[in-house]
Amino acid sequence: MGIIIIGSTLTAYAIGTRYIEEPELVALIILLITAILFIIAVIITRSFERLAEASRMKSEFISVVSHQLRSPLSNLRWAIELLMSGRLGKIEEKQTEYFRILKENSGRMGELVSDLLIVSRIETATLPQKRKEISLEDLIKKLISEFEPFAQASNVEIEFKSEENLPKILADPSQIRLVVENLLDNAVRYIKDRGKVKMLLSRRGQNLYFEIEDNGVGIPKEDQKYIFQKFFRSENILRYQTQGSGLGLYISKAIIERSGGKIGFKSQEGVGSTFWFTLPIK
Amino acid sequence: MPKTILFIEDESALQKTFGEILKQEGYEMIPALDGEVGLRLAKDKKPDLILLDLILPRIHGFDVLKKLKEDKETKEIPIIILTNLEGISDVDKAIELGATTYLVKAQYTLEEVVEKIKKTLK
Repeated sequence: MGIIIIGSTLTAYAIGTRYIEEPELVALIILLITAILFIIAVIITRSFERLAEASRMKSEFISVVSHQLRSPLSNLRWAIELLMSGRLGKIEEKQTEYFRILKENSGRMGELVSDLLIVSRIETATLPQKRKEISLEDLIKKLISEFEPFAQASNVEIEFKSEENLPKILADPSQIRLVVENLLDNAVRYIKDRGKVKMLLSRRGQNLYFEIEDNGVGIPKEDQKYIFQKFFRSENILRYQTQGSGLGLYISKAIIERSGGKIGFKSQEGVGSTFWFTLPIK
Repeated sequence: MPKTILFIEDESALQKTFGEILKQEGYEMIPALDGEVGLRLAKDKKPDLILLDLILPRIHGFDVLKKLKEDKETKEIPIIILTNLEGISDVDKAIELGATTYLVKAQYTLEEVVEKIKKTLK
């Protein structure tokens, strides 16, 4: 569009200079050029409107499909739970093994659907934030206790250090929990064999600063610029671990930025990654 | 006499699962597959508790909830919303209309829902 405007201006100038003796002709040509520019502008505006409409429809489609998927998923999950509870009769060890596989996979599908719904809400700016005063330290400690069985099963030790007397922050607890959960899950999941996850919470000026360091597989340098894009999964992660939707970090970034904070990372392939975020105290 | 629970839910698979587990817990479950039948059964049977989905055929769950709470015959019956809608506005609206508890299906295990039912019926 810029090139068209510059071209039209130069043409109008050239015509004006060339036919300076015939002002009616110059006026007519400039009027004609203006009309053409106006038509081009209308076409471009309509194209943008159509693009915005397509994007909105895509997000709505994701939202409707996700809702429709949730009902059969709940039926499936609860039916499996009923079977596994032994309430319908004793189940053999071999059967339990396969019921567990069914349960885990229905759980994964459920998480993917939830992530898709959040992404759709982020993109349509309809993700509500119910902010209240929360202690980030308590939230992290609670999450660690829930993660302990998974960490132990993965031979991963979790260490958490927090500065004393940290102030509370004003944020949506369920959303901040989701961010820490995503980061902690990634840190534990991508450690090969045995490892350690170190978490740190401190005050930096008017912000709380959270950091999580792992000695996992790390992110290849060429993939680092894409890491917060939705559905992106690093090549070495795909080789090592097939689970995951590639939505966790996209969602985390959106939540932290909507809460007034910043998020980032540093990573080296084969050495590990450190993710961090800040959240404003007031 | 076992306590009765009216389950207004259009998913028959879920009706079956809950029918089984609630029977084992000593309750009698009355199934209703749409809002209209649910309203009629609530008036006829006067259950001790109503489990109510929101996305229902014929009459939407919010309208069922509103009508139940406006009717003097049914307004005292505790109502647990069991749905997949999780918007804050949906939760606020249901509580404002008089629901006792709001449970999002994706966030609870079967046993946790049963525990909520037991607690409400105590």
